[in-house]
Amino acid sequence: MFVARSIAADHKDLIHDVSFDFHGRRMATCSSDQSVKVWDKSESGDWHCTASWKTHSGSVWRVTWAHPEFGQVLASCSFDRTAAVWEEIVGESNDKLRGQSHWVKRTTLVDSRTSVTDVKFAPKHMGLMLATCSADGIVRVYEAPDVMNLSQWSLQHEISCKLSCSCISWNPSSSRAHPPMIAVGSDDSSPNAMAKAQIFEYNENTRKYAKAETLMTVTDPVHDIAFAPNLGRSFHILAIATKDVRIFTLKPVRKELTSSGGPTKFEIHIVAQFDNHNSQVWRVSWNITGTVLASSGDDGCVRLWKANYMDNWKCTGILKGNGSPVSGSSQQGSSNPPLGSNVPNLQNSLNGSSAGRYFFPPLDSPRAGSRWSSYAQLLPPPPPPLVEHSCDADTANLQYPHPRRRSLSRPLNPLPENEGV
Amino acid sequence: MEELDGEPTVTLIPGMNSQKKQMCFDWGPGEMLVCETSFNKKEKSEVVPGCLLIYIVRKDVDVYSQILRKLFNESHGIFVGLQRIEEELTGKSRKAQLVRVSKNYRSVIRACMEEMHQVAIAAKDPASGRQFSSQVSILSAMELIWNLCEILFIEVAPAGPLLLHLLDWVRLHVCEVDSLSADVLGSENPSKHESFWNLVTVLVLQGRLDEARQMLSREADASPTSAGMCRILGDLMRTMPVLSPGNTQTLTELELKWQHWHEECERHLQDGTFASSPHLESLCKIMLGDEAALLEQKKLLSNWYHFLVTRLLYSHPTVKPMDLYFYAQSSLDLFLGGESSPEPLDNILMAAFEFDIHQVIKECSIALSNWWFVAHLTDLLDHCKLLQSHNLYFGSNMREFLLLEYASGLFAHHSLWQLGVDYFDYCPELGRVSLELHIERIPLSTEQKALKVLRVCEQRQMTEQVRSICKILAMKAVRNNRLGSALSWSIRAKDAAFATLVSDRFLRDYCERGCFSDLDLIDNLGPAMMLSDRLTFLGKYREFHRLYGEKRFVDAASLLLSLMTSQIAPRSFWMTLLTDALPLLEQKQVIFSAEQTYELMRCLEDLTSGKPVCGEPDPQRLQDDDVETTKVEMLRLALARNLARSIIKEGSLEGS
Repeated sequence: MFVARSIAADHKDLIHDVSFDFHGRRMATCSSDQSVKVWDKSESGDWHCTASWKTHSGSVWRVTWAHPEFGQVLASCSFDRTAAVWEEIVGESNDKLRGQSHWVKRTTLVDSRTSVTDVKFAPKHMGLMLATCSADGIVRVYEAPDVMNLSQWSLQHEISCKLSCSCISWNPSSSRAHPPMIAVGSDDSSPNAMAKAQIFEYNENTRKYAKAETLMTVTDPVHDIAFAPNLGRSFHILAIATKDVRIFTLKPVRKELTSSGGPTKFEIHIVAQFDNHNSQVWRVSWNITGTVLASSGDDGCVRLWKANYMDNWKCTGILKGNGSPVSGSSQQGSSNPPLGSNVPNLQNSLNGSSAGRYFFPPLDSPRAGSRWSSYAQLLPPPPPPLVEHSCDADTANLQYPHPRRRSLSRPLNPLPENEGV
Repeated sequence: MEELDGEPTVTLIPGMNSQKKQMCFDWGPGEMLVCETSFNKKEKSEVVPGCLLIYIVRKDVDVYSQILRKLFNESHGIFVGLQRIEEELTGKSRKAQLVRVSKNYRSVIRACMEEMHQVAIAAKDPASGRQFSSQVSILSAMELIWNLCEILFIEVAPAGPLLLHLLDWVRLHVCEVDSLSADVLGSENPSKHESFWNLVTVLVLQGRLDEARQMLSREADASPTSAGMCRILGDLMRTMPVLSPGNTQTLTELELKWQHWHEECERHLQDGTFASSPHLESLCKIMLGDEAALLEQKKLLSNWYHFLVTRLLYSHPTVKPMDLYFYAQSSLDLFLGGESSPEPLDNILMAAFEFDIHQVIKECSIALSNWWFVAHLTDLLDHCKLLQSHNLYFGSNMREFLLLEYASGLFAHHSLWQLGVDYFDYCPELGRVSLELHIERIPLSTEQKALKVLRVCEQRQMTEQVRSICKILAMKAVRNNRLGSALSWSIRAKDAAFATLVSDRFLRDYCERGCFSDLDLIDNLGPAMMLSDRLTFLGKYREFHRLYGEKRFVDAASLLLSLMTSQIAPRSFWMTLLTDALPLLEQKQVIFSAEQTYELMRCLEDLTSGKPVCGEPDPQRLQDDDVETTKVEMLRLALARNLARSIIKEGSLEGS
């Protein structure tokens, strides 16, 4: 891992959330300064803030993107007890000329009486739905029945969790195999020793969400919760950020064995538990294939966890600050090293040893071990070709020449308009 | 890379203070966002930060290297070829093919190394020069390891040929000798060159005895006093028995001859033949495999594995594969002499000499920064059926695990992802689902790129991804008011609801502007028209306009009528259709037959009689509207007149 780029965020207060869009070409940030900013990546790879607007009358905790099938849609939630849905307007206005885009509020969801702590869009196969949770202990599920009219959202479900809620996660598994499912975490710190992570499942018959499981072993405040993308597995994987990082597997017990009609029951196993953050863990999130979990904690580090091919979970990477405070106002890209020179530990690991020997850096060097660094040996003269096989740049491999398909799949171009009758 | 063992890699985020703050982050398809925050939520933070930075963190630096890109591109072709090697091939031909594949991989590494070296030399600033140089040595180490693995695991050379292979290996990788040789021979008086004896020694150390003899003859020519000694040593070099590929002699014969030759060398040394020339004596000792003499040449040997091979050459030329590890270990110990400890490369080579494939891969995984090497090497060794025979119960999983890692890395890159597709294809367990998750994240920045992605999905029958991509593009087009594009994408997505929505937009546009856009598309809908009723109507309605335009009034008229009678036309559109009928009714010749006219009248009455139809616009509104009333009156009049004319015409025709 290496830092490829840094961008001056220009928020006037703490940033609470950063969020990539589905393709990783846009991002959104939200802050205690009550605003949301949207950033776009240009063809050259630079990031530009294309919109910044006041969204709430309190700290904005979370910002999240809807799937692009629904257009360019954001949801935010705030201390001001509301969640809001935003849509980008494509217009010919001056904004576009200035490289700015325009976002309009489509709805304000005002059902909560307390701070709305999390907002998440449902998996796209369920349509345009979102869930919020709030400090009043209620998870609310909203739906926009008409994806072309985002000002209409109906409150579909209110799920009472009995405990102040801090985080929610939809199970991304496909609907055919699994009914919709939401995991909810609570950071309620009152002394009652209730379990702080619950799982609710949608029941086709009652058309309601019912509690499927409570993770009894999770009794400390939960700050974040995340289902992993399902790689075609029959079971689910759930990560929880509490006083440590925990990874659970939830294996549905076959329906015939349980009383029919009731919620699915699960065999729950804890497969990993790490206290490397030393104290509270605040965020957990899976990469897009669900093979790496990242967690962020009180130690100020982001840690990456991965199971090897024998299913042993291990910490494989750490992102941490180098401690030095930021000097002045760093402009975008000012700290961008040129591509290919981003491995700082290589530059000082030169040891002027005799040529012809490959040196590995000593193990205690700042993890240059991920690299072989050494003084380059005198390069041999061009070796005789080992085989007849040519090493010409095989650019043909990059293309999939199917001329016929190409012409078929080209969308039809608009033609000049003809007069109607 | 440290998935297998080893410590986690630490990535420092400059300017972030981990002591005081925490980090919030998000995963993207190929990158991570990281940003300083404080999770103990408070409405107002005490300290307003001066300048907040958002960091973009990437996983694999090598993916972005222009030169390594060639490595990825070319090895991709070799990889795909290897997957297609027919399983039936057995024995020698299969082995030969696998060795060829291995050599192909190595030549790609070499080519890449050369280029990197050229770039390193040409680099303007020292920092990037060092950067490239270190890349060169990484590539060089990769090739060194791969070559050894090829000899030991793929070629599986037996005693005898084994040493010849190892000699080639050392000659290929310790190659200062060639520049040294050019240097010395290029000088005016080679035998007086300061490096002359170094050159001769290196040649002997590498077993290049013919060249060494030629050098000795120069020395003999130059200094008559030592000519005799040089000739004797040259003869010893010439007579050293070696296994030559075409020779049919058995190992035992060779060993016998070699023993004899060894004794002769020994005798010369004992007799003090070379006593007057320390250089020649030292060479003789080397040829006797004298460890002390060899270790004196540490600098020329430059590393322990060269020492190992030279030592074997002159003391155990018929070493068996199983005994290699013993000699390797003792050579390493002798060479390092307790002065330094073995480094990762040493451990990897040692693991190879020990025939511990798993350990080789594991150590490489830890030591290398990219997955290219381990993924391809493991795959090749898997094709050699080596992972199973070593009883690694997770053998094929390890292959897949490493290939998945490598392919995922490629997907972080804006164009290399296309190579990654094939790697996923050859991962039977999780390849398909990983590809599905990765491919839908490819930014559809241009239509061309979208088509490329779609083609990949369609070739693999990934219907859900195809649908989703088309839907995203359709939505994008609608948002930008490109209705034609939106319609063709929703047809491709087979999204009936969205096709209906877009068709409605088309019809609305028509009502507002009196003309259609995207005629070419609508005229050529074909069977796609059946996707949704509204789309069918749109297509048929446009057909009516075409017939009308072509003055085929009779066909146009009956089509128009059928649109209403068959209920394809939405009721809200009937008035428009009836209005379209007006000019036909007003034509000089009779177009609508009497029966058709009755049908039209019925439609009009249906529409105006206030028959409640759920979901349709309130007919009340029609009557309230003055314009509409006038229109209805005009229609009634036109219909009545047409009816009259058609009755007369039909009557007179029948009467004639």
